[in-house]
Amino acid sequence: MRISTKDWFKSGTPWVWLNAGAVSISVIMVVGLLALIAVRGLEHFWPASVVEADLLAQDGSRRVIAGEIVQTEDVSAIQLIASGVKLPADVEFAKRYLLKVGNRDVTGSDFAWALERTMENPRYPENMVVFERREWGNFYGYLEAVKKDGNIIATGDEAVTQLTELMERVLDIHDDIYAIEKGEIGSINHGIERLRLKERGLELDGYTKDTAPQKFAEIAAKRAEFDAQYEDIQARLANLYQQFSRDSLVASTVDGHQVEIDLGKVVRFYQPNQMGLTEKVGFYFAKLWEFVADDPREANTEGGIFPAIYGTVLMVLLMSVFVTPFGVVAAVYLREYAKQGVLTRTIRIAVNNLAGVPSIVYGVFGLGFFIYFLGDEIDSLFFREAMPSPTFGTPGLLWASLTLALLTVPVVIVATEEGLSRIPRSVREGSLALGATKFETLWRIIIPMSSPAMMTGLILAVARAAGEVAPLMLVGVVKLAPSLPLDGNYPFLHLDQKFMHLGFHIYDVGFQSPNVEAARPLVYATALLLVMVIGALNLASVAIRNRLREKYKALEV
Amino acid sequence: MNESTATKEQPGASASEPKTHAIDMSALNRDGQKLSLDQEEKCLKVDDLSLFYGEKQALHNISFEIPKKRVTAFIGPSGCGKSTLLRCFNRMNDLVDGVRIDGEIQLDGQNIFDKKVEVADLRRRVGMVFQKPNPFPKSIYENVAYGLRIQGINKKRVLDERVEWALKGAALWDEVKDRLQENALGMSGGQQQRLVIARTIAVEPEVLLLDEPASALDPISTLKIEELIYELKSKFTIVIVTHNMQQAARVSDYTAFMYMGNLVEYGDTDTLFTNPTKKQTEDYITGRYG
Repeated sequence: MRISTKDWFKSGTPWVWLNAGAVSISVIMVVGLLALIAVRGLEHFWPASVVEADLLAQDGSRRVIAGEIVQTEDVSAIQLIASGVKLPADVEFAKRYLLKVGNRDVTGSDFAWALERTMENPRYPENMVVFERREWGNFYGYLEAVKKDGNIIATGDEAVTQLTELMERVLDIHDDIYAIEKGEIGSINHGIERLRLKERGLELDGYTKDTAPQKFAEIAAKRAEFDAQYEDIQARLANLYQQFSRDSLVASTVDGHQVEIDLGKVVRFYQPNQMGLTEKVGFYFAKLWEFVADDPREANTEGGIFPAIYGTVLMVLLMSVFVTPFGVVAAVYLREYAKQGVLTRTIRIAVNNLAGVPSIVYGVFGLGFFIYFLGDEIDSLFFREAMPSPTFGTPGLLWASLTLALLTVPVVIVATEEGLSRIPRSVREGSLALGATKFETLWRIIIPMSSPAMMTGLILAVARAAGEVAPLMLVGVVKLAPSLPLDGNYPFLHLDQKFMHLGFHIYDVGFQSPNVEAARPLVYATALLLVMVIGALNLASVAIRNRLREKYKALEV
Repeated sequence: MNESTATKEQPGASASEPKTHAIDMSALNRDGQKLSLDQEEKCLKVDDLSLFYGEKQALHNISFEIPKKRVTAFIGPSGCGKSTLLRCFNRMNDLVDGVRIDGEIQLDGQNIFDKKVEVADLRRRVGMVFQKPNPFPKSIYENVAYGLRIQGINKKRVLDERVEWALKGAALWDEVKDRLQENALGMSGGQQQRLVIARTIAVEPEVLLLDEPASALDPISTLKIEELIYELKSKFTIVIVTHNMQQAARVSDYTAFMYMGNLVEYGDTDTLFTNPTKKQTEDYITGRYG
């Protein structure tokens, strides 16, 4: 039996297909997006094999190159011939590799393009070593010798085992140095700075060493204490540094250059061409962990992004702390207390439209009002001793969270109002009939009952705020923050400090990096992490909301 | 299951103990020492009360008196203003925009519309139960304790005592005593309505306003509520609005018939139902309209 087009149309089938199609396309796009950034971001940490080959130059000369294949592409012959490459007439496309050749200190650039047809005799030498360094990027080559106190103690195969042992020692020393510099010296500097501000504060209050000798003497005593501690630490550090630079290694590049590298400059070394799958997987997860848990190195192109994760989460949490009470109180007033009329309606429309203002505008407002006006006022009232360097009169964590709170407050207001309006009248009357005032009714019944709606607002606010970058660039985010905004130094939460942010990190690594090729995979990896952080924040709020819903269920009473 | 009967039974206390006797006693009351409406001690006096929703007048110059510790029923067709009148007694109409009230209602000689009267205090003295059960999304215990907590009573021992007393008073104690901390929204409709009554009597009001308290309930729950009303009238003045004339006849001592915002007839329930003086009343109770 055939169905005519008209009947088919009437039956609603095309409509169902249309709807299903729209849903499928959305799902495919979301999954595709996540898959793309996940694959691109995560493959970066895989220890790829290092290929070595003889590269045939145009003039017939050869040289040896080695590196990881990062990218493969087919280039049309016309394009190549136009750029001066000689090709046989019958070739239409030529395969081209992007090799990460490292050795920036020797060759000047650590990426190189090579045509497949010019790479002769490709091989994967087992004793090829990759050194990850704290400076100059990776080194690819062969380990020649290991030196201790300037004397060669091992060569050849033995060198690798020696090096493994020595590396462990050096990494331990590095951890010690890091702990001392970041922790102890950090807190001493912090203490000395606080003393300096205290002293300056006393001077501004009109005290001099003659009128209040005791106070100044106290400060001087404490400073002397800090200085003594500092001396002590300095001595320990000097000793550690000496130990640190005791050993070195000699390595040669594939084309024969010999390089001596301080062991202190090496993060890790590995021989990818002789690693088994399990070793590679282990290495992969170690690298992944480094990415999540470590500080960045080399202008953010190496190492981890922990400070950025930390900054993002802290900023979003602070924003939630500001935006929730503010939005809820505003919504309660609008819905419960304000007389419903033209004015209230106008305000409501205005609030809704605020959500549509471009976020950079909020950034400009934050800079102009919060930082230049409020911050300057605060500085001149409370932080005179730190002048002329501004404390709050400069971009920082507090202003960033406040700006984002302002950006997201309409969302919270709208959601809360929605929740308040859905509380059945009978429940309000029940409470009022028992002699509760309007305030008691609100506080004990209405607000708890509408708390799931408030959480919905907060979820939307968090989702929006965590991904926002543009306003943050004006009000507090930096490329590299020297310390975390929440640490062990009094007053622990440093609202005036600048911080790092995943969104800005993506922008910085992707567009501001001096080494674009090295940074590109990090863009994807950071994006993936940003998505995951936002997802985690949202999941946490959804979990809270579901608990509240369970508690105050049955709104249909 | 002797645990349920043996334990937790508070001896004495002020809880309304008699269960099976309630109906008998009440019957005896009416038959034995029958007082006429004029002889009763009065609780609420309505004096020339008119109510307007904006331009529309909903109540027309109503004057009558409600006796103390008796059940007074308001009957009448839908939209006749009986709920509106009921909601005047605890000033629930204040919540509606554009309501204007003329005239007076006196509670124990005090005009409740007086500026000196705190609405919250008034509502504490005049409790109200609504048509649909409206428990709060809290535990059974917290529902009953709500009004007490509002009054600033937070001592656990006092609260425990009063909650038990109120739940016993609402004939709900035996059913819920083992699950006081469970959410009240998990109860049946009839239980919820008795919980709301318990919640209301927990604050010991003088007057209990019942706005069609059984209209959303099944017959058995309705019966329980009616039994409860018998028991409660020994302690509270009860005013009940009902659609159901049999219910009014069963539970009330006095009945007011309202029509189109006017009080048509008011008097002893038996007399009003058996021998109405007004034609409109007779038409209504014999089912000729409404």
